[in-house]
Amino acid sequence: MSLDAKKVARIARLARIGLSDAEVETYRREMDGIIGWVDQLNEVDVTDVPPMIGSELASARLRKDEVTDGNRQEAVLSNAPEREGPFYTVPKVVE
Amino acid sequence: MAFNYTLASARDALKKREISAVELVDAHLSAIERLDDRLNSFITRTPDQARQAAKQADEQLAKGEGGALCGIPLGIKDLFATENVRTTAASRILDNFIPPYESTVTANLKQAGAISLGKLNLDEFAMGSTNLTSAFGGVENPWKRKGSDARLVPGGSSGGSAAAVAAGLVLGATGTDTGGSIRQPASFCGITGVKPTYGRCSRFGTIAFASSLDQAGPMAQTVRDCAIMLEAMAGFDPKDSTSVNKDVPHYEAALDRGVKGLKVGIPKEYRIDNLPSEIAALWDNGIVWLKDAGAEIVDVSLPHTKYGLPTYYIAALAEASSNLARYDGVRYGERVSGKSLDELYEATRSAGFGDEVKRRILLGTHVLSSGYYDAYYLRAQKVRTLLRRDFLQAYEKVDVLLTPTAPSGAFAWDEKPTDPVQVYLNDVFTVPASLAGVPAMSVPAGLDSQGVPLGLQLIGRHFDEETLLAAGFVLEQAASFTHRPTLHAGVSA
Repeated sequence: MSLDAKKVARIARLARIGLSDAEVETYRREMDGIIGWVDQLNEVDVTDVPPMIGSELASARLRKDEVTDGNRQEAVLSNAPEREGPFYTVPKVVE
Repeated sequence: MAFNYTLASARDALKKREISAVELVDAHLSAIERLDDRLNSFITRTPDQARQAAKQADEQLAKGEGGALCGIPLGIKDLFATENVRTTAASRILDNFIPPYESTVTANLKQAGAISLGKLNLDEFAMGSTNLTSAFGGVENPWKRKGSDARLVPGGSSGGSAAAVAAGLVLGATGTDTGGSIRQPASFCGITGVKPTYGRCSRFGTIAFASSLDQAGPMAQTVRDCAIMLEAMAGFDPKDSTSVNKDVPHYEAALDRGVKGLKVGIPKEYRIDNLPSEIAALWDNGIVWLKDAGAEIVDVSLPHTKYGLPTYYIAALAEASSNLARYDGVRYGERVSGKSLDELYEATRSAGFGDEVKRRILLGTHVLSSGYYDAYYLRAQKVRTLLRRDFLQAYEKVDVLLTPTAPSGAFAWDEKPTDPVQVYLNDVFTVPASLAGVPAMSVPAGLDSQGVPLGLQLIGRHFDEETLLAAGFVLEQAASFTHRPTLHAGVSA
């Protein structure tokens, strides 16, 4: 199934990566090549094969419901590109 | 003199006070100053902190105290978060990120007394096999082809780690391996690298690429050095839900086990068409070496091997697209402003990520998107089950597998293929073990006709790093790889 420019632009929009029209074309061509190559997986019979989810080596663990970390507001905010007091700032979202 | 040490011999010399940590660290810092403007293996150097730590190490050593790595100069791949030391993942989007916390692996190394000389270069977000996708420039492999000064790639993604160890700038380095990122650069740079079992080393504080595959491991000159480092790095961590609660063995003690009676599998599917004859010959040498040491060689089949790479790329890229969604220019990292929040996201991510990272995020988004998820992602997860079964079935017959590490030696910067699929083929021998979660290592085994190193790969059972290291030690002894690269700290300019 080949990719067209419209589809690539839609994927870029989903991924929130701004692309110029020229970039869309470059990525379309490269992605098309890669997708064509991974299509060989269609040869494999996967009937009744469960998907591998996790390594099966680690198991889910329970822990006590208690605070183990916290009160690190300044550390959390220390890399904010823009902030006001204890808040991150972004362009206005709600009209 | 300071550059004739391995990690193990430096450890012993420090304990006996034949050399001080200050002398050792200073010698390596001056080698970095001398060589690394050219090699570019470091993104961030931390000489002041290193000298301070060396003084403290000497005080401890003088009292007969100090951990297993007390006073040992290491480099840290710049994918591990280090408290108050810039951590970039070799990406512009994290140009000035200063983590307020420390990764578990680096905390463990510090606890053992290791001294970091700085943060090592890598492919951006560990995505690549050449180290050329770094936003901080490529790394020069310290090895040269005979009679040529062409810049060779160190491999990737842990290219800075491999180059720094090979050039003698550090006695060991941390790497991370998602599909071969420790083993392939180790092979390209003539050093040893171990990708442990998935879950052996904590992923906490390691910047995530593909969470179901990422695993930290040691890179150093020798198998013994790697065993010592791994023991310090590994261990259960409640902060990583995929960490496995299993005791860490004394890996160094496993080296003398030998391979007598061990069954070594040779997977026939790894004898791919167009495997260079030199690599096939080296593989045959490895078989003879292990056989001569008492191992039994058994032919095995891993029938789904050829589907390893496409399965890997779907799984890894899908996970990458999710993991990298966090770089949005809001909470940390570089921001490019926009009129709306969406414009801010798009501008930030467009400017902050390099080409390879964008390509992988886009592909990962595609294979996870509505209408494609079942055809790509779910199918790949099923094939991954089959690939894992291949290994488990082989391990009913054999204890460890022997293969080449990579289908070529290091190539020149300008010989990197322009087709992404051709670049991905570098990982053909390394991705299956990653997908199965089993441990694997690369041991330098010889030079090709052009004089660049080639490695052999051993792949073991889940959590059987000890057998892996024992077999690696036998290979190392037999190969007696004592060559040094052209650019080395011990060679005066």
